[in-house]
Amino acid sequence: MRKVTKALLVSLLALFMAGCGKPRGNEYHQIVKTKTITWGIKTDTRLFGLLSVKSGKEEGFELDLARAMTKQMLGPTGQAKFVQTTAKTKIPLLLSRSVDVVLATMTITSARQKIVAFTHPYFAAGQSILVKDSSPIKGIKSLNRRGIVVLAVKGTTAVDNMKKFAPKARVQEYDDYVQAFAALKSGQGDAMTTDNGILAGIASENRGYHLAGKTFTDEPYGMALNKHQPDLRNALNKSLAVLKQNGTYRRLVEKWFTGIKGFSVKEAEH
Amino acid sequence: MFTLFANNWPTYLSGFGYTIAASVLALIASLILGTVFALLEVSESRALRGLASTYIEIFRNIPLLVVTMVFYLVIPMYVVKINGFTAGTIGLSLYTSAFIAETIRSGINAVRSGQMEGARSNGMTYIEAMRYVILPQAFRFSLPALGNQFVNLVKNSSVLSFVAGFDLMYQADSIAFSTYQVLPSYLIVGIFYLILTMPLSYYMKHLEKGGRKQDV
Repeated sequence: MRKVTKALLVSLLALFMAGCGKPRGNEYHQIVKTKTITWGIKTDTRLFGLLSVKSGKEEGFELDLARAMTKQMLGPTGQAKFVQTTAKTKIPLLLSRSVDVVLATMTITSARQKIVAFTHPYFAAGQSILVKDSSPIKGIKSLNRRGIVVLAVKGTTAVDNMKKFAPKARVQEYDDYVQAFAALKSGQGDAMTTDNGILAGIASENRGYHLAGKTFTDEPYGMALNKHQPDLRNALNKSLAVLKQNGTYRRLVEKWFTGIKGFSVKEAEH
Repeated sequence: MFTLFANNWPTYLSGFGYTIAASVLALIASLILGTVFALLEVSESRALRGLASTYIEIFRNIPLLVVTMVFYLVIPMYVVKINGFTAGTIGLSLYTSAFIAETIRSGINAVRSGQMEGARSNGMTYIEAMRYVILPQAFRFSLPALGNQFVNLVKNSSVLSFVAGFDLMYQADSIAFSTYQVLPSYLIVGIFYLILTMPLSYYMKHLEKGGRKQDV
């Protein structure tokens, strides 16, 4: 009986390992053949990708960009399919090929580039902090003290950056922005940190909160895809360049980010 | 997987510590609370019975995550500031206590009614009869089911990761998404949970056997 269990366990493990290393075909050819691109997007981030409670549809800058990119790459009959991701799940979903491209507020970093490939940046974000209006915190410098609790989202670059910019503060991590903000609201921390665009989205919907200080990092967002897919990467870069040239990109940036307090449209364009 | 563990073992161990602490605290608290509510449920007073079954039904039928979130997000706004670890442990204790109350109640019901009558007619008060005659037997009857509850409790302690409780699951998340080695990170955490739950299961089995011998 024991032996049987052991043998089963080993073969299961072997299956797992085999699954991890399976060869990938040319994803671009697949996309062209099926006329469908599956985008990994956010549904909890105002302005970028949000599932609207009213309409039941996903909306935001990244959603519009994904739709425009799809039409640009596959022509008017191209279909954009959306799969919800979180900071935690976007890389695993990409590696398991559940999505073709991740377009979900993802910063290009060298650590991530070891695992996935990125397109050219499509948005220039920077990390900032969000605090209650009554908070004495003025910027990143006032966070670097013992006893300060900073709220962040698991799997984001913000977590690593805090170790660099405010090593004395304690970082508490949550699954998504909604939970992190709920924790800030109920007083579980002194400040919440992530990219300025995301924080601006939260501040625009919640009175009594503001962005404190300037951005203290450069966080260029890129679209992520699997490695060793040069065709897909080139096609994405080319389409992005065309959208930037013909004004579509600029129109989308202005549509979503004009008039947001403390946020410069000019800075965001890449 | 081994290099991943070698690089991150302090993180895993600290998570392991928090998980053990939360589990032990919740186990003790839920056992005491569960016994109290089981006794209330079989008491002769209608009001007490009603109180106990309301408590049990509430915590048995609301997801653990919701209970924990209420303690983490709502209580600090109006009552007192509690951190993720405390909120998670309280939620875990209350949630498990409802199940334990039901388990022990069924144990009490399994003790023949003649036992209570016999104890009372020998001059014991209701409380004495419960304490010395009924409850010891009821615990023995409930042992297998209690063992299940305890194992569930250890696994449910992963709810702490949602409220930044620094437990095993929280650390695994953090390791998985800083190294991007998602599967190995969670496999290691699975092994840690096994280290906790396997001895617990064996110990409960051992207790069951001991209990049966005494019966004969």
